[in-house]
Amino acid sequence: MTPPEILVSNLTVAHGRRPAVHHLSFTLKPGGLMAVVGPNGAGKSSLLRAMAGLHAPTEGRIEGIAPGQVALLPQQAMLDRSFPLTCRDAVLFGLWGESGAFRATPRPERIEAALDAVGLHGFARRPVGSLSAGQFQRVLFARLLLQDAPIILLDEPFNALDARTAADLLGVVRRWHGEGRSILAVLHDLELVRREFPETLLLAREGIACGPTEKVLSAENRLRARMMSEAWHDHAEACARDAA
Amino acid sequence: MLWDALIAPFAEFGFLRRALVGCLALCLSAPPLGVFLMLRRMSLTGDVLAHGILPGVALGFVLAGLWMPALALGGLAAGLLVALGSGALARATGGREDAALAGLYLTALAAGVTLISWRGSAVELTQLLFGSVLGVDDAALLLMGGAASATLVFLAIAWRPLILECFDPSFAKAVGVRGSVWHLGLLALVVVNLVAAFQAVGSLMAVGLMMLPAIAARHWAREVGGMVLVAVGIALAATLIGLLASYHMDLPSGPAIVLAAAAAWMASLALGPVDGLLSRYRPGRHLEG
Repeated sequence: MTPPEILVSNLTVAHGRRPAVHHLSFTLKPGGLMAVVGPNGAGKSSLLRAMAGLHAPTEGRIEGIAPGQVALLPQQAMLDRSFPLTCRDAVLFGLWGESGAFRATPRPERIEAALDAVGLHGFARRPVGSLSAGQFQRVLFARLLLQDAPIILLDEPFNALDARTAADLLGVVRRWHGEGRSILAVLHDLELVRREFPETLLLAREGIACGPTEKVLSAENRLRARMMSEAWHDHAEACARDAA
Repeated sequence: MLWDALIAPFAEFGFLRRALVGCLALCLSAPPLGVFLMLRRMSLTGDVLAHGILPGVALGFVLAGLWMPALALGGLAAGLLVALGSGALARATGGREDAALAGLYLTALAAGVTLISWRGSAVELTQLLFGSVLGVDDAALLLMGGAASATLVFLAIAWRPLILECFDPSFAKAVGVRGSVWHLGLLALVVVNLVAAFQAVGSLMAVGLMMLPAIAARHWAREVGGMVLVAVGIALAATLIGLLASYHMDLPSGPAIVLAAAAAWMASLALGPVDGLLSRYRPGRHLEG
């Protein structure tokens, strides 16, 4: 399970004409474990969505991510949590690549195993609507486990979780890292980032810094990131930067 | 006695038998569509589309009188136009889709009623709006059976993609499910079912058979599959009761069927175990864990 190197070059992701990610370039080494840090509105989610193929870049390139090789953990707010679905069925969608719209699922015992692995033993028949935020996040992690992708993108994976749940799910991330998968995670907890993530990308629409976590998270860089994100021009001109 | 009340009407009258068979067929297809509309928070869209087919039906009526193929084709064209047009209009003008839908269906209803009143009698207007079992001829029966069959085939194919697309559209897109295709297929079949039903229950009432069993079923099941089964069951019972009531008490068939479904909905609202009023105000003692 060695994914190729991911090379993001001169990437601009825009909503309408407003860039959420602006001329960003960075590299994620095979098997790398990188945190994405930045203020709200810095384009972190947009970056992940572009890398997952959900949002076409306006400019620039993302290399090294083949279709079906990437799995994204979305923010919970993007999902309909009241949907009438059992945990088992929600997790089952992780095997979409094998089951598709019609086929039966080979080795369904994997679903139970994935639920066990995220600490949800016996939850298979529970409706997802009855879960707490933490339990729901565990379900999404179980789905990621089944997707078994070499590249994993996590959008705020530990937000609003209790310490125990966060620790359990962090254990899953460590396991993925040990298996050699490339992981990119949007995080706000800088202590956690310093402790667990060797590399960090500091983002404020533009890339502020990327590299070893301690160096990237210097006070100077963080101040620069804050200044950048607060700059919003009502009458911004068209960007004249060289597209190359 | 029981024979006279329940069986004799259908044994004696061919038109009533045709209406029963046609409506039962649609009971298998329309409520599942209603369940998916409800899950997508589009419960009112069915209503909008039902109004949307009216000007098409009216145009068919003006051109060809009460001739089934013209009415159905007109209704189909107008309904599809509203279904596809509202989405496109909302995207193109940056407005909200519900605003576009409201504008379209009010226009459609007014245009439809005006057209029918212009060339038809009050009786014909009532028949087109609220249905008449007498209107179910062999062509209508074929249309109802065909619509039901096509819908069931579609649902068998689209079942998983539709559920995934409702639950987590981003994930669906990421794994290559073309959500908009299934969504448009769903809307198109809603139109087809409404057009097929309008002869028997009327264009305004057809949507009742689709949505009422679906929203009632929500109170009985916690999974999509269970909801669909309950919805179909409610629709079948409502159709049987509605048609018999219509025959015995000389009521228009559409409102009779919809009222029967509405009774099932109210009962579900009160008694259903999932979010029902009774379970809310008399919850019983809390559980051990």
